[in-house]
Amino acid sequence: MARIIVVTSGKGGVGKTTTSAAIAMGLAKKGHKTAVIDFDVGLRNLDLIMGCERRVVYDFINVINGEASLNQALIRDKNCNLLYILPASQTRDKDALTLEGVGKVLDELSKDFKYVVCDSPAGIEKGANLALYYADDAFVVTNPEISSVRDSDRMLGILASKSRRAESNAEPIKEYLLLTRYDPNRVKSGEMLGLEDVQDILSLQLLGIIPESKSVLTASNAGVPVILDEKSEAGQAYEDVVARYLGENRPHRFLDDKKGFFRKLFGGRS
Amino acid sequence: MSNTSSVLEFKSSTFFTPILILFNNDIAAIEQSLQEKISLAPDFFKNSPLIIDVRELNKSDLDISINEVTDMLRKIGLFPIGVRGGNERQNKQAQKLSIPVDTGRDNEISHAAHGKNPQKESAVHASESTSVTRDGDDEVTVTAAPKAPELSDSAIQTVPVRSMLITQPVRSGQRIYAHGDLVVMSQVSAGAEIMAEGNIHVYNSLRGRALAGVQGNTSARIFCLDLQAELVSIAGDYKTSEHIAKQMQKKPAQVYLQDHTLIIKEIA
Repeated sequence: MARIIVVTSGKGGVGKTTTSAAIAMGLAKKGHKTAVIDFDVGLRNLDLIMGCERRVVYDFINVINGEASLNQALIRDKNCNLLYILPASQTRDKDALTLEGVGKVLDELSKDFKYVVCDSPAGIEKGANLALYYADDAFVVTNPEISSVRDSDRMLGILASKSRRAESNAEPIKEYLLLTRYDPNRVKSGEMLGLEDVQDILSLQLLGIIPESKSVLTASNAGVPVILDEKSEAGQAYEDVVARYLGENRPHRFLDDKKGFFRKLFGGRS
Repeated sequence: MSNTSSVLEFKSSTFFTPILILFNNDIAAIEQSLQEKISLAPDFFKNSPLIIDVRELNKSDLDISINEVTDMLRKIGLFPIGVRGGNERQNKQAQKLSIPVDTGRDNEISHAAHGKNPQKESAVHASESTSVTRDGDDEVTVTAAPKAPELSDSAIQTVPVRSMLITQPVRSGQRIYAHGDLVVMSQVSAGAEIMAEGNIHVYNSLRGRALAGVQGNTSARIFCLDLQAELVSIAGDYKTSEHIAKQMQKKPAQVYLQDHTLIIKEIA
């Protein structure tokens, strides 16, 4: 029985797909058979971030419509043989997703996989609702700015009321916060919300802070999940996230700018 | 929706069930009268579940045996699934027959025999809805405790209204409506809306909109530990955050009406 994780945010551009790719890879690297599904039908991106765009033959919608089997559509990752990608269809729209169809695919994946990561599209429409409907855990990806926090709050309301767990009065979805694109310097100067400001509104279990890092863009362009870049802060932060999710107790890093001392020394901005 | 890999799943649902209200304790007369009714709509009554209501009988001190009624009903193809208004002995009889007993309330509900055959696999609590929210956007559905069910529409005037307790955060975009008092133990986010016909208590930050006395109760009040509301309203008189004095912000406060003026006062 797989654990179904939805990576969601409400707002676009906060790092859902980057996070989905990173944590799916992280879970697989830890030895858990993991599938990651792109729910952003019509705006397919996950395959690019995972670097498997040239190997897409069948997609999620083909499987839902019975035009391909799950095994035909799943793409095995080139870096880790425990990780599989189910790409979205680029030529269709979200209406091609159905509650029953998604449920069937997740059921089938559940038999064989330990974790299923659902990369939600932005918004609170059908695609996002279906991505979270069957979830057991939710990774709420939030940027330290007020509109992203508000949208995440809205998403949490939907998680609490429109999921299968909510509708069947089961134990609620476990919600975790992932604060992405965090820049301690801009927090210090008041340009960006700090962790406390965000937690004041969301009050969620914090799974990790991902610092703003050039390596994220570099990794995306290269089609390699950033978690594989072990030298980068973002990669290490995602590694922490996966470890914490699996129950490890790790102190939070990247809240302060460790370069501060050197910057002061060499006259950089403080 | 079905999850083939799990064995079962609990769901709560609301449906209509005929209630057989008895006015006479003569089993033979009841049977005859029932047969006549059934002959008018045999398909409707065929294998229909039924709730036996003996309240009227007990009011006029007419005794009846639940065993006998049940035997008779089963004989003519009906399935008694509940007893209400029974006395102690009748309730015991019902329980021996594995028929649930409703002792919860006294208000009059006459949903009688309309609606279709209910789903047979569903729960036993019939007729009365315990839902406090409307369909539509992602509102929180609150199921009342079994011993203190929410009231059906027809009974609002006659039975004291109970309060609603929310322990989860009320998130942006959620709406909550309480027929009586509303107590929220968690935060109310900006963009959320909480409404009550009675008072509102928020034992955390109130950042959304709070409307008390929405049916016109001018003595309703709002109490909160941390006032950051977008809007507060008592019986239609409201203030937006712009008009809430700065020195009141982020303080424990109460909001009430005095001589048609909305007063916001710190709770010292």
